[in-house]
Amino acid sequence: MAIPNFNYLAPTTLKEALTMRVSHGAKSSIMAGGTDLLIKMAHRNHHPEYVIGLNCVADINYIRYNAAGNLAIGPMAKLSTIMDHPDIVSHFPALSHSSGVTATVQIRNMSTLIGNIVNASPSADNATPLLVLDASLVIMHEGGEREVPLHEFFLGFGNSVMKPTELIKEMILPMPGKNSGSSYQKISTRSKVDIAGVCVSAFLTLNDAGVITTARIALGSVAPKPIRVPQAEQVLEGQKPSIELFRKAAALSREEAKPISDMRASADYRKAMVEVLTIRALEASLLIATNKTH
Amino acid sequence: MTKVNVKLKINGDPYELAVRPNRTLVEVLRDDLHLTGTKIGCKTGDCGACTILLDGKSVCSCMTLAIEAQGKEITTIEGVGLSYDKLHPIQEAFVNEGAVQCGYCTPGMIMSAKNLLDKNPKPTELEIRKALSGNLCRCTGYARIVKAIEVASEKMYNTQK
Ligand SMILES: Cc1cc2nc3c(=O)[nH]c(=O)nc-3n(C[C@H](O)[C@H](O)[C@H](O)COP(=O)(O)OP(=O)(O)OC[C@H]3O[C@@H](n4cnc5c(N)ncnc54)[C@H](O)[C@@H]3O)c2cc1C
Ligand code: FES
Ligand code: FES
Repeated sequence: MAIPNFNYLAPTTLKEALTMRVSHGAKSSIMAGGTDLLIKMAHRNHHPEYVIGLNCVADINYIRYNAAGNLAIGPMAKLSTIMDHPDIVSHFPALSHSSGVTATVQIRNMSTLIGNIVNASPSADNATPLLVLDASLVIMHEGGEREVPLHEFFLGFGNSVMKPTELIKEMILPMPGKNSGSSYQKISTRSKVDIAGVCVSAFLTLNDAGVITTARIALGSVAPKPIRVPQAEQVLEGQKPSIELFRKAAALSREEAKPISDMRASADYRKAMVEVLTIRALEASLLIATNKTH
Repeated sequence: MTKVNVKLKINGDPYELAVRPNRTLVEVLRDDLHLTGTKIGCKTGDCGACTILLDGKSVCSCMTLAIEAQGKEITTIEGVGLSYDKLHPIQEAFVNEGAVQCGYCTPGMIMSAKNLLDKNPKPTELEIRKALSGNLCRCTGYARIVKAIEVASEKMYNTQK
């Protein structure tokens, strides 16, 4: 299928890209890796008159600590770099895992983490890990910048708070405290390459007495957008981890999941798997959180 | 939406041509430059037949705009061999191990194998299979392709020592 023609704009700074965004608005699309955008254009689901390529903007593929000691990820950082990055492997294990099982080798070499999120797809592999890691996005607009927590970014299927005159400058991952662990669990019908039928991520921090001080759980492919499960998180916080406690949290996750049936899985199967994957994600997070204490 | 001038460096050679912004690299390689070694299967990033190396990393040329491949080192199957009539050890192993049947997936497979061996000269069988997760083959059942990459790795590794 051929891609309809468009005007290609090649800004060399993000500021210049923003100016183009402001003047062309809904007639424009930002292109990072293009692995989502070009397919939508080829399938005639999306018809931008202007494609603003970030390809010529220098030095925006960074993964580095900012002044506050948190990890900042630039808009051209590719999934293949994220999955192997030593700081992400050691401090954000759910994300190194999810980026490593997104799509194929070639697509990971092309596609960006931020592009995976901006789509606001409920099944995006990296959405639930980033939700439990409490990521936020820095959005550039004509008047300046604003930082939006990821759980406020998604509005619904393919819909986010980003306006057509805005663009994402970077993603911020707050550094987890000591005794923390995170995990990503995914089930798909075919191999690892397939889009997730159901996915669950968890994050736990324990205090020195072994009590859970922070718990986050996020579910993908079970609602119009990736969701957090505050009910289950509250059950965990202030308690010592145990399999009974994890089962309780998993049952609440299952209740909160409102999946549909489609070609990838039935609604009932998805709900059942949410429960299984929540327990697995909590157990894996706990293992990492407690290993770090030694 | 007029054509734009694009400068490409392919297998070390410079090319300059006028293309519309919507042309993908694989279209330009095959239709304009007649480098037809790179194949088209799906045009949606799924099959890997169009795999090439961009600055040494494997990508789908069906989802890469030609205009965005400027200023990068492009390597296609035509540029993998050691010289015009001397095969690369990976190509040689594919021939010797019977990893080629209809051959349609072969150029993409070899580019993916090169992407792997350049980074990881001694991969395990699982690592090889994971490295080929973005390349489909309808004929071989993959076993001989995996074997060929093992053989190539041994040969390249030993001769490099
Ligand atoms: C064969 C294949 C397999 C795939 N498998 C998976 C999979 O297993 N799991 C999965 O989650 N996804 C999968 N995908 C989807 C896709 O590859 C990912 O979502 C990818 O991370 C998108 O990144 P990109 O840089 O290519 O995005 P692009 O296509 O460049 O952009 C995606 C969207 O984000 C917008 N955008 C990008 N960057 C910015 C920015 N800085 N500011 C504002 N807007 C921006 C674009 O306008 C566009 O709407 C697959 C795609 C293909 C083709
Ligand atoms: S033709 Fe490019 S991946 Fe199939
Ligand atoms: S040899 Fe025919 S598709 Fe692989």
